[in-house]
Amino acid sequence: MKTATWLAGAAALSLALSLSSPASAGDTIKIGFVSTFSGPTAVIGNDMRNSFELALDHLGRKMGGKPVEVIYEDDGQKPDVGKQKTEKLVQSDKVDFIAGYIWSNVLLASLKTAVDSQTFLISANAGPSQLAGELCSPYVFSTSWQNDQTPAAMALFMNQKGVKSVFLIGPNYAAGKDMLAGVKSTFKGQVVGEEYTVWPTQLDFSAELTKARNSGAESIFVFYPGAAGVQFLNQYAQAGIKDKMPLYTAFTVDELSLPLQKDNAIGVPGAQEWVNDLPNEQNKKFVEDYRKKYTGLRPTYYGAQAYDAAQLINSAVVAVNGDTSKKDAMKAAMEKADFKSLRGAFKYGNNHIPIQNFYLQDVVKGGDGELSLKTVATIVKDDQDRFHDKCPMK
Amino acid sequence: MKMLFNVRNAVSALLVAGLLLLPLYSQLSGNIFILTLFTRIVILALAAASLNLIMGYGGMMSFGHAAYLGIGGYAVGILAQEGFGSGFLQFPVALAASALFALVIGALSLRTRGVYFIMITLAFAQMAYYVASGLARYGGDDGLTIYKRSDFAGLINLSNRVQFYYLCLACLLGVLFLIWRIVNSRFGLVVQGLRSNEQRMQAIGFPAKRYKLVCFIIAGMMCGLAGALLANNTDFISPSVMYWTRSGDLMVMVILGGMGSLFGPVIGAVVYLLLEELLSQFTEYSGLIMGPLLLLVVLFGRGGIMGTLGRFSRG
Amino acid sequence: MLLVIEQILNGLQFGLLLFLLAAGLTLVFGIMDLVNLAHGSLYMMGAYFAATFVAWTGSFVLGIVLALGASLLLGIVLEFVVLRHLYGRDHLDHVLATFGLILFFNEAVRWIWGPAGLALPLPPWLTVPVQIVPGIFYPAYRLAIIVVALAVALLLYVGVMRTRVGMLIRAGASNREMIGALGINIKLLYTLVFGLGAALAGLAGLMQAPILTVQIGMGENILILAFVVIVIGGIGSIRGAFLAAIFVGLIDTLGRAFLPNLLRQVLSGAAASTAAPALSSMLIYLLMAIVLVVRPEGLFPANKR
Repeated sequence: MKTATWLAGAAALSLALSLSSPASAGDTIKIGFVSTFSGPTAVIGNDMRNSFELALDHLGRKMGGKPVEVIYEDDGQKPDVGKQKTEKLVQSDKVDFIAGYIWSNVLLASLKTAVDSQTFLISANAGPSQLAGELCSPYVFSTSWQNDQTPAAMALFMNQKGVKSVFLIGPNYAAGKDMLAGVKSTFKGQVVGEEYTVWPTQLDFSAELTKARNSGAESIFVFYPGAAGVQFLNQYAQAGIKDKMPLYTAFTVDELSLPLQKDNAIGVPGAQEWVNDLPNEQNKKFVEDYRKKYTGLRPTYYGAQAYDAAQLINSAVVAVNGDTSKKDAMKAAMEKADFKSLRGAFKYGNNHIPIQNFYLQDVVKGGDGELSLKTVATIVKDDQDRFHDKCPMK
Repeated sequence: MKMLFNVRNAVSALLVAGLLLLPLYSQLSGNIFILTLFTRIVILALAAASLNLIMGYGGMMSFGHAAYLGIGGYAVGILAQEGFGSGFLQFPVALAASALFALVIGALSLRTRGVYFIMITLAFAQMAYYVASGLARYGGDDGLTIYKRSDFAGLINLSNRVQFYYLCLACLLGVLFLIWRIVNSRFGLVVQGLRSNEQRMQAIGFPAKRYKLVCFIIAGMMCGLAGALLANNTDFISPSVMYWTRSGDLMVMVILGGMGSLFGPVIGAVVYLLLEELLSQFTEYSGLIMGPLLLLVVLFGRGGIMGTLGRFSRG
Repeated sequence: MLLVIEQILNGLQFGLLLFLLAAGLTLVFGIMDLVNLAHGSLYMMGAYFAATFVAWTGSFVLGIVLALGASLLLGIVLEFVVLRHLYGRDHLDHVLATFGLILFFNEAVRWIWGPAGLALPLPPWLTVPVQIVPGIFYPAYRLAIIVVALAVALLLYVGVMRTRVGMLIRAGASNREMIGALGINIKLLYTLVFGLGAALAGLAGLMQAPILTVQIGMGENILILAFVVIVIGGIGSIRGAFLAAIFVGLIDTLGRAFLPNLLRQVLSGAAASTAAPALSSMLIYLLMAIVLVVRPEGLFPANKR
């Protein structure tokens, strides 16, 4: 045991000294991808990874003539872990780009590390209001949206339908607060109640549902991504208030949660910037190839956004012919949003958040009994987030 | 007898030398990551050393020591958020807050003993964790980003990696020196005596609680210093740094290194954290190795690494 | 009013789950003087076993029964292979060793079942709301948890109070050395007690699985609450664990349900919602601290000196 301890110590020390020597710059394009690959929301991370990989396949696994290397890291849905992984990718692996980030709190914690090191960060999902406003940076781009946009679009639809009052329920973290605030920004009726639940551990919504029922509101709006969405819809159905208080959602019903929510999701509308049946060429190819490569699975908007992130990065690398040291040129290229996005063409605002359409999606039961999401209408066109004025960039 | 000291001291000296020379290696090899990794290791070694003072020398098994990491860290974070970026304000506040917290919970906890002491220190640390989670203004569970490191008005630039590393190392060595002086002083001998046999010491006339409390406060302040450094290192502070499993990590470092030895906690921190980092690079399942390793150390390696080294030289 | 009743039932349900977890912990601690941090891992394993067996056999009930058997077996094996070497050693050694076990279990689970976690769906007959009182609907499954946990508690009580083995257990909690001196097969008793504790932990884990989650590390949060419960109740005392667990469960649930509204009088919506769960958790630890300072042996200590 004693000799073993000596040897172990010596080995550890020498191994430590050889710890990740710096990558030789230039011969590959290194991309770090931070997402959630453990716990109940790992399905989202897997969807994003699948889509990102598919995008790389479509690009021939090369960008600007150089081979692409992707390093996937798991944030475990925790801000401090996500930050640690971002640090590792930037400092140890020396990646040229970082993409991913499902959760707004993880993104906010990791932001400074990326920006300080002047590494381009592409958010393929999280869109906290601070990112669109005062924390905007030339190095940060979004291929998703700003959190408030989607619920604001849903509220516009609710106005169109003549809904007079609503009870809001959402998770208590950065994105949850943004979402409920987004509804309030465009909803013309009365907000009767606003409840925040403990995130991500609280999956029991009986108290909030009871409060909603007793509030006298005409409808309920929720934002519950992932497993929470499944639980909420099940409990909503069990509470038996579907006829009294229709449910309006953002990011609660998607291709991942739908198989688990089953019939509970019928008649529950959501707003989205991407739905699987958007009628453009690249989207058709994406959905087809995804279903072929990953049998039994369907892509979600998370995946579509990750696919777009790969395309955005590619547009930058191609513009500089693979020379990733030309950061200003890459930034200029990305700002043009000159790539075939799965949602159709869009432009970037001054804060690098997309100016885009939002669609109404509904759950439809096919003749074979299979449930799927369909685009029902366009709610709003070329919508820009309401924080872009706070961003000092022009 | 002389042999015993040679091996342990040699290892300790080698360790200190290695730590001193690390930035040089980092510059030469261009490997920045190893510098930031060891900055974190040095800071946690400081925290472990402070825990060793009360656990190894004082016999007080505190399961809530990570709370001070949080208190020190939040002192820096909150002040930075409110616009008070000067390190000359932040660090003393961190120390004072830690001292105050240690005074209050020490006074209450030291009325208990054994496993109850463990549980009550745990309870207080969890309370600190929940207070931090409940502060919406300072991020709650999402944590707080620290946009500017503590400003020491040109004396030292914490944003410079090398300077910051040496600051942390200086703090570690300073704290170790302080501990050495305390332990070998009359005060320290009393505290160690209390660990051996409290009843006898009290019979002789030493006010046990008072001595233990002072020791507790000093250790708390040292760990608060580590917390302030940690917050600067990560530019971020969140309640998770105070969660009970982190206190567990600190205890593991102390026990692994060898309780009651001066450099034990430093070796423990280095080995534990390095192993964690290395294993995660080579395998996805580092816990499968770390877990049984800890078990083996408990079952066969009495006295941790330092203890094992001591036996090695004797045998 | 309806809300209050619903929340009280929720608190009762949570408290009973805590009791199942705490019962094993307090026995192991009281009788074998073993600090077992890996008790939370046994809780996690119960959930994973259940999810797996229910999926394999296609039957909810059969899967649960198999999972319970597997938890019992796991506990016995763990005691035999690892933990019995720790008896009589310093509590710190226990902490270090069982901490290592937590790491090992988390990683082993990740290796075998993958990182994503599992789902344990309920059979249809358990998803209907039950009208317990006119106007109040309570989910059938949660009622089932309450009923099952109460039944187990009753069984434990009868087993510990009325059988010979139970008497040995109580005696062991009171005075360990005496039991050995009286010629009882201590080793067998210890293994039995540990196995029982593991089965109870596994039961708690699998019962909450359909409502909450089956994922890696799920035991760590609730383990700490279990320790709080046994400290408040008194180490080694099942009765103490029962009362303390119900109490803690009620405080936690009622706090989370009603504190936000109270706080909203003084704070904004999001701030109140952030502070409320923190406060209600703090209350529990505050309670434990008070008990420890005023009555360190707990409310119903087994060791009556």
